[in-house]
Amino acid sequence: MSTPLRAIELPELTASEAFQRALGVAAKHADEVDRRGRFPSEAIDALRAAGALGWGVPHEYGGAGAQIDDLADATFELSRKCAATGMVFAMHQIQIASIVRHLADSIWFRNYLRRVVREQRLIASATSEVGVGGDLRRSIAAIQRIPDSPGDLVRFEKKASTISYGAHADDLLTTVRCSTTADPSDQVLILTDFAQMEAEPTGEWDTLGMRGTCSPGFVVRATCPADQVLPVPFAIIAAETMVPFSHILWAHVWLGISTEAFGRAQNFVRVQARQNPGTTPPSALRLSELSVRMAEFRALVQSSMQEYMSLAQAEPSPVLSTIGYAVRINNLKIAASEATVETCQSALRICGFAGYGNAGPYSVGRHLRDAYSATLMIANDRLHATNAALLLVYREGK
Amino acid sequence: MLPSTESQATEAQKRDRIRQIIKDHAGLGLDFEKVAYSTDLYRAGMTSYASVALMIALENEFELEFPDAMLSRSVFESIDSIASAIESLQRVTQ
Repeated sequence: MSTPLRAIELPELTASEAFQRALGVAAKHADEVDRRGRFPSEAIDALRAAGALGWGVPHEYGGAGAQIDDLADATFELSRKCAATGMVFAMHQIQIASIVRHLADSIWFRNYLRRVVREQRLIASATSEVGVGGDLRRSIAAIQRIPDSPGDLVRFEKKASTISYGAHADDLLTTVRCSTTADPSDQVLILTDFAQMEAEPTGEWDTLGMRGTCSPGFVVRATCPADQVLPVPFAIIAAETMVPFSHILWAHVWLGISTEAFGRAQNFVRVQARQNPGTTPPSALRLSELSVRMAEFRALVQSSMQEYMSLAQAEPSPVLSTIGYAVRINNLKIAASEATVETCQSALRICGFAGYGNAGPYSVGRHLRDAYSATLMIANDRLHATNAALLLVYREGK
Repeated sequence: MLPSTESQATEAQKRDRIRQIIKDHAGLGLDFEKVAYSTDLYRAGMTSYASVALMIALENEFELEFPDAMLSRSVFESIDSIASAIESLQRVTQ
């Protein structure tokens, strides 16, 4: 499947036969997943077979100890084939990283990570909530301690405005206030098994793109031991891990979508060139322009990932909690989410009606529709509003 | 003994000035009297928007500029941490 050269370039995990097989499965079902708006279960099962759901778990708990660059490579490759599969993989790894990097001395979470690897459990996330206006850092739902309960039980109820693959995950990581009297921003993360929960969907997921992520709203109610609350405040988890991991891995989903659209446009131009040997088709110039945009897009995503990797190595990582870093990681999200739409549009312009059609090797409709979700996942206007405030004190360096 | 008592007095004054600025800018909903020097302001409800307003007000009041490395949650989480950040900046400029 992979040539020796490719095996050297890619990390071992994504070069593995089982992962390459998962890529094939994702590609095979991508159009049907999109058309029917269904969960890409074949591809996720193939990822399970490759052990990929445990890649982000450290060696000491049986995982592959993959770092963000390995996970980003896998996200990128998957998203070229099927963006919904790539996004599910990315979101799962974001939850894993949030646990791995902030479990402190929790025995429960150590054992949980071993189970993730052994059982290849898929984790979804419930950070959105009806009534907080899309603000990740505010919750209405709160943990309520159940007094004198055996095992120190807690419960919560949350009206999540969207839970991606909520009906297909094994576990859920939810933001809640740390008590019923806590301020809206005084949040923690709680991990619950869907078997411990009632989860009622509150709508349907019939969308323009990213149809396979199946992300309707849910009302979730859960009761579980207090051990299942991550010991570190969410404010720190968000700043140091969840937000940078999300923006970096999402950007790799979008880069994967655009890279595939670019590839299709390039193939289209080549076919045109072959029809008139000796002349360069007019669309080749458009492709050249698009290639510049792709180079910028890749450089942006790469440099953001390199910066995060060097900052996250420090223990603790104080720079990750600075205003300057918050501005930069928000800039990545805004720029990458705009770049993916622009590049897919350019690919469509190059491919013309061959791109506009929903079938065939030059179709880029699915890519363009998937790309449009990028500016909405944490709305860019919200990030601009945050950065506008932060830039009142932060002075941009070079 | 005298210089030390004097510096303790200015330290307390400085913390009270910071406390007043927090009262005016940090947007804390709770009974402000409960905010002690070591109270975690973020846990007391200070939002990131409010923290920006607080930073600007502190820069005006103490006539200084926080460098980027200091613009972080840990520096602005309590009156004590703000006071020591201001002290370290004033030490540099003196």
